[in-house]
Amino acid sequence: MKKRLSVLFSMLLVLSMFLAACGGNDNAGNDNGGDKDGSKSDVPQELRVNINSEPPSLHPGLAKDSTSGTVLRQTFEGLTRIGKDGKPIEAAAEKIEVSEDQKVYTFTLRDAQWSNGDPVVAKDFEYAWKWALDPNNQSEYAYQLYYIKGAEAANTGSGSMDDVGIVAKDDKTLEVTLENPTPFFLELTAFYTYLPINSKIAEANKDWANDAGENYTSNGPFVMTEWSHSDKIVLEKNDTYWDKDAVKLEKIEMIMINDPNTELSMFDNGELHWAGAPTGALPTDAMQALKDDGRLITKPIAGIYNYKFNTTVEPFNNANIRKAFTFAINRQEIIDNILQGEQLPAQAIVPPTMFPENEEGYFADNDAEKAKEYLQKGLEELGLKDVSELPAITLSYNTSEGHQKIAQAIQDMWKQNLGVEVTLDNQEWAVFLDKMHSLDYQVGRMGWLGDFNDAINFLEMYRDADGGNNDTGWESKKFQDLLAQSAVETDAEKRQQLLKDAEAVIMDEMPVMPIYFYTENWVQADNLKDVVISGLGDVQYKWAYFE
Amino acid sequence: MQISKDKFQLVGTHLTDAEKISKPSLSFWKDVFVRFKKNKLAIFGLVLLIILIIMAIAGPHMTPYDYATNDLSNKNKAPSSEHWFGTDDLGRDVFTRTWEGARISIFIGVAAALIDLFIGVLWGGISGYKGGRTDEFMMRLADVLYGVPYLLLVILLMVVLGQGLGTMILAMTITGWINMARIVRGQVLSLKSQEYVLAAKTLGASTSRIMAKHLIPNSMAPILVTMTLTIPNAIFTEAFLSYLGLGLTPPLASWGTMANDGLPALRYYPWRLFFPATFICLTIFAFNVVGDGLRDALDPRLRK
Amino acid sequence: MAKCIGKRLLYMLISLWLIITATFFFMRIAPGNPFTSEKKLPPEIEANLNAHFGLDKPWYAQYGDYLLRILKWDFGPSFKYKAQTVNDLISEGFPVSAALGLEAILLAVAFGIILGIIAALKHNKWQDYTAMIVAVLGISVPSFIMATFLQYFLAIKMGIFPVARWESFMHTVLPAIALGSTPMAFIARLTRSSMLEVLSNDYIKTAKAKGLSSGVITVKHAIRNALLPVVTYMGPLTAGILTGSFVIEKIFGIPGLGSHFVTSISNRDYTVIMGVTVFYSILLLLSILLVDIAYGIIDPRIKLAGGKKGE
Repeated sequence: MKKRLSVLFSMLLVLSMFLAACGGNDNAGNDNGGDKDGSKSDVPQELRVNINSEPPSLHPGLAKDSTSGTVLRQTFEGLTRIGKDGKPIEAAAEKIEVSEDQKVYTFTLRDAQWSNGDPVVAKDFEYAWKWALDPNNQSEYAYQLYYIKGAEAANTGSGSMDDVGIVAKDDKTLEVTLENPTPFFLELTAFYTYLPINSKIAEANKDWANDAGENYTSNGPFVMTEWSHSDKIVLEKNDTYWDKDAVKLEKIEMIMINDPNTELSMFDNGELHWAGAPTGALPTDAMQALKDDGRLITKPIAGIYNYKFNTTVEPFNNANIRKAFTFAINRQEIIDNILQGEQLPAQAIVPPTMFPENEEGYFADNDAEKAKEYLQKGLEELGLKDVSELPAITLSYNTSEGHQKIAQAIQDMWKQNLGVEVTLDNQEWAVFLDKMHSLDYQVGRMGWLGDFNDAINFLEMYRDADGGNNDTGWESKKFQDLLAQSAVETDAEKRQQLLKDAEAVIMDEMPVMPIYFYTENWVQADNLKDVVISGLGDVQYKWAYFE
Repeated sequence: MQISKDKFQLVGTHLTDAEKISKPSLSFWKDVFVRFKKNKLAIFGLVLLIILIIMAIAGPHMTPYDYATNDLSNKNKAPSSEHWFGTDDLGRDVFTRTWEGARISIFIGVAAALIDLFIGVLWGGISGYKGGRTDEFMMRLADVLYGVPYLLLVILLMVVLGQGLGTMILAMTITGWINMARIVRGQVLSLKSQEYVLAAKTLGASTSRIMAKHLIPNSMAPILVTMTLTIPNAIFTEAFLSYLGLGLTPPLASWGTMANDGLPALRYYPWRLFFPATFICLTIFAFNVVGDGLRDALDPRLRK
Repeated sequence: MAKCIGKRLLYMLISLWLIITATFFFMRIAPGNPFTSEKKLPPEIEANLNAHFGLDKPWYAQYGDYLLRILKWDFGPSFKYKAQTVNDLISEGFPVSAALGLEAILLAVAFGIILGIIAALKHNKWQDYTAMIVAVLGISVPSFIMATFLQYFLAIKMGIFPVARWESFMHTVLPAIALGSTPMAFIARLTRSSMLEVLSNDYIKTAKAKGLSSGVITVKHAIRNALLPVVTYMGPLTAGILTGSFVIEKIFGIPGLGSHFVTSISNRDYTVIMGVTVFYSILLLLSILLVDIAYGIIDPRIKLAGGKKGE
């Protein structure tokens, strides 16, 4: 048995030899492009960012989350893209003509190529959009295309694909017919579901989007040269891109670290040039320290965090009770102490980036007096004498450190201001969604990030009680009428007013309790410039460079 | 040299003297207790445990704060005379929460350990002793239970029984006993071919007597060691489940959840992690040395 | 012996089948489905998705289909990761997790056994106390705290090791230590306590009386018999560690299999759940079988079921 011991010892020896030998291995980092004092022309134009997790799909028709969207926005280019000032500018389309009734858009494509030399043609757009609408392809974001005539019918199987209003008139001309005048259509054409696909390759090879390689061609500023699943994605500058002179980065390396503390550590170490939103996240406990250092950058985006009420059960079937709960919380305190990201208190449901008046909103924050008034009125209407007669109330949310803290704070505020004891119900994600969708809750947390820069995106989800994102069981004829009118209204100002009126209806009945509007917070390398983040929070690296 | 016979005198024996035993007789457990007392480290551990339990009961009453009230303007304050262990990110007093958490963690740890002990020892003991088909069947059943994804079982439990302490303990003991069962089975397999077992069988001892009087006591060593691993395991499994949303609902706290919350703040507000983690260590340490002491005290071969 | 192993393999297959069936059943009862998302899907789209993945067939048909597929070692496509099949996920993630796991196990076994032996040989002296304090620290500090500590002090503050990812040998050290610290501590304690038992046995006294040196006694007689509980512990431990640890892989950004065990359940990604469960179960059952065979080698008195003697 001496053999046994010697085997053990030799294992140890081998182990220690490894350690010694690799002692000289360089610690990754510090020699990356973050050097400020490198000579100007020698600064490597290589960017390293963290995209947090593996993108579920890099096929424009199948993507439905922001990680996939981030990668796709760099490698593909749609008819338009959101420019540095937040407005859509021509991208793949050179000229855009809109008909009198605002329902027909004619796009003239510029001369451009895919990364393998194939020309970008109108058919690529038609193919891509129809592919997403084809019910056999199970695109879950196909609904983004429903603004196009016949699209919804084709996708739900009640109409034919040939009747959809997308026609490639010739190689350079795409004609799109919409159901209604849609003033934000040019924002939509920048969204990832509207990106083109190389139809020549895709028709021949349906698995083209599963890996980087010769089948994964790009018409955007970068080409994906490597996709190491769950590990990293590498993008390189696309030499066939029509605007390649504006692209200064040579390479982008996107790693996938799912831990905010590790991400921040790697940034501090020089291994990443960016930590935080939109691609990653910052640990909340670090926010104060980063703010004190002056390194934290904040940008408001179009998104809202709210609590939804189940208006089909007691006591939240009563609007006054809902208002009481809504008025009884101190949003600013939550923002200052828990979120610490300079978010804006929300007293409306359309973000101030779309309706600037909503910085003030419809009511005052932390109005305990009004809250108690509404509570009294509500109790009377329900025939209850005082708060102790209210049925038990549960606040549901899905597991996350942030949601938990906010819920605890709000639970405390309701107790102090209204005298109501609410129990917290922390649920696993899928269980939580299931319950919300089936109206098996009383108060539940939900958030919404805008898909495009128009107020309708924040309002239309409440139009029908069984709408996919409604979950409150509330609907109102008045609200529906206002939305319907706004859909056919061609005058921009009148339309805005209709939407404002619709918002007023919601704020009067309060089926949801707005809490705060999102901001994005991040830290970045000092010499990294011109990374463009839109008002919706998505990022474009086309113009970015290191000084 | 010659020694004369008359120098020796016949002393004789008293019947009663023959029966005298040199030290007073003790019962088995008294003997164990005496030996345990001699082990300084084990006594230290026991005292530590008693202190921790007293603090768990009395601690939350020692401050004017309660574990659930938020005080947002006082968040993340370092330990001071007002807040002996500092405050957490919602302004709650860490000292109070630590001792509230102690109640839950110690309870979960001990409950899980005891349940694992009973089920595990019985299952493993019977399986090992019977051998053959019974052994095969029982062990394979345990394997199947071990192989099914644990989180699925927990989610289903939560859905069916709702969240709460009872469900948590159930969730932790569904598979917790399997490790103990395996270890006991291994020991029993190797012990049952010893001569004293054969002797007992020949004398007509029943299976349960053989198990209770011979096999289990002689397997005490690995049983105790495994139990001292079950307790921290239970505390951390609870923390993991809470982290995934399947455990305790806030504002309830356990040492595990406090450690979870304190961990990301390590660099900025280290006391939030330091206190719960230290007490977890101390508690485990105490259980371990008490366990070791018990093991030493129970081992008949170390008897002096 | 061969007959014995053959019988065991048969039982393994039965266990595997039971695990698959139980998992399949539990998976379907849990609320939620692979398509549960923030936006409730319109019924037509959901119907389409269900039809495409065969989820609209009656449960026994789905079950049968699935079993047939497993026989061909085809676990199907992932519901969430459209670009990959479950086989892809496993074949990419497993080598990474296994490498990390092996390192952790080597560390745990080597240091654990040595520490335990030293502690037992120097029972109640300072070496024993030190070793046991180290062991208690290992057990009472959970792997995620150990991982964060190691990362903070050794990688961030002192810069000796890289912070995260899986690129060179140096990248593997911290995660391996974090993963192996608790098993190491436990193995140390198990070894110590069973060594203590063994050392007080008569045959050790005989060996000493015969004049054998303590080194030879330890190695030739004591260790072998003391290792039994350690070997028992290592069975399921190996399977568990080799398939990855969710928390360690998350903290160190390691692209292993561990995260899939947890995220597939949150995503209700049926095929991935089944795939990783089957894979893990096979590893688990194999390692338990190896443990039982090891019993027979270590302690010839143990006769296993199906061997020459029934009891």
